[in-house]
Amino acid sequence: MASYSTNEFRSGLKVMLDGEPCSILDNEFVKPGKGQAFNRVKLRNLNTGRVWERTFKSGESLEGADVMDHEMEYLYSDGEFFHFMDPTNFEQVQADEKAVGDAAQWLKEQDVCTVTLYNGAPLSVTPPNFVELEIVETDPGLKGDTAQGGTKPAHLSTGAVVKVPLFISQGEVIRVDTRSGEYVSRVKS
Amino acid sequence: MVALRSRAALYAALRTRFAERGVMEVETPLLASSPVTDPHIDAIATANPLSGDHPFYLQTSPEYAMKRLLAAGSGAIFQICKAFRGSEHGARHNPEFTMLEWYEPGVALESLMDEVAAVIRLAVGDKAVEHMTYRSAFLTAVGLDPHTASLDALRDCASQHMDINFESDERDTWLQLIMSAVVEPSFDGEAITFVVDFPESQAALANIAIDAQGQSVARRFEAFCGGLELANGYDELRDAGELLRRIRRDHQQRKASGQTLPPIDRNLLSAMQAGLPECCGVAVGLDRLLMLATSSSRIDEVVAFPLDRV
Repeated sequence: MASYSTNEFRSGLKVMLDGEPCSILDNEFVKPGKGQAFNRVKLRNLNTGRVWERTFKSGESLEGADVMDHEMEYLYSDGEFFHFMDPTNFEQVQADEKAVGDAAQWLKEQDVCTVTLYNGAPLSVTPPNFVELEIVETDPGLKGDTAQGGTKPAHLSTGAVVKVPLFISQGEVIRVDTRSGEYVSRVKS
Repeated sequence: MVALRSRAALYAALRTRFAERGVMEVETPLLASSPVTDPHIDAIATANPLSGDHPFYLQTSPEYAMKRLLAAGSGAIFQICKAFRGSEHGARHNPEFTMLEWYEPGVALESLMDEVAAVIRLAVGDKAVEHMTYRSAFLTAVGLDPHTASLDALRDCASQHMDINFESDERDTWLQLIMSAVVEPSFDGEAITFVVDFPESQAALANIAIDAQGQSVARRFEAFCGGLELANGYDELRDAGELLRRIRRDHQQRKASGQTLPPIDRNLLSAMQAGLPECCGVAVGLDRLLMLATSSSRIDEVVAFPLDRV
């Protein structure tokens, strides 16, 4: 892997720090007119999700991390692992619960997710920004009640629970923003 | 466009002020045959315009050329010019930036600070002025005397405020880190803050004097406002022998860290041997001053075209 000097640190660059793969979030260059220059760097540890702040002397470098984002199709879960496939070369990977994390509640078979691979193994899974999922359980819909602002919980086919407007019924398919976990619209079938 | 108009207005106001005070505007070459030896300043090398074998450099400051004019009897002079420093890029740094540099013979460092405050006010309006020494700034912000604190105490102090990813046995590295990351951010952002009497080891080309506590200090100041370092002023070193000793120290430090060894500016050396008048000089970062005047958080907002668009 190439190594990167502090002046090449850009937001999104993946580097190794303390043996952990990290993504650079922010790089602040600090230098007195006379004197040593420093870089105050914010990084996200891709294993734990925690944000680190480290101060470097300018010009120091870090090893790049073999971390790549791949668009992959979700195949199925065998109860222990979630299986994904690269639709371009049919290569399959299996991700454990830790890597999938909260994304699990949005995963519908055949949806295309972003799977982050570290040394070829899944590190994290990002679901599509919008998913269309069926409501498997909610209170009966109130016909005509489209103007009121009220909401009720609805259980989706993947296990997620979202708040939906009162007029939505069981069996309907809705569009959800996975970043906020909010109901967006009803999907006409 | 707002930033360009502010820049034009500021330059006009500066030129009027210096003309009224009898400080002559000068222009010196941007190309230099010998760059600064300061190990923390990275001069950008360019091709030799006459195809000779040694490179030329874009100036990192007009200091050397202006001191040659002073030695030749120019009297008080100022210059608004571009300066270039490699690897300096960030919210407050652009490798190409605009400097206001001026020198006044026979003026005390304290009066120069008053004049710097007046120049800053031309851009940002009326502001209170605070004066402190490097020592008092450290004592107030972190409770350490920067001149006497041990290397371990400085390292511990820095580590308490941030996670550090390097090791260093240079006191100045720790002092500079604590200064920029802890002490400076503690200044009143609404006031103009002057810090004077730096550690002797950070003298650059300033005279050394003994302060009231018997400590040897460098007679230089820095001015801060709104979280930005705006100016660097000096009671200028005039002793050519001492200049050579400091260049040798820079070279040793550069050698130790595997940096290039720039040639010595012999023209500056002969000018200082011939005699530089007693004088004080200061460099003001005009882009930073315009950041303050236009409430910009990035230097890119006040230049016509940032580095990625030139």
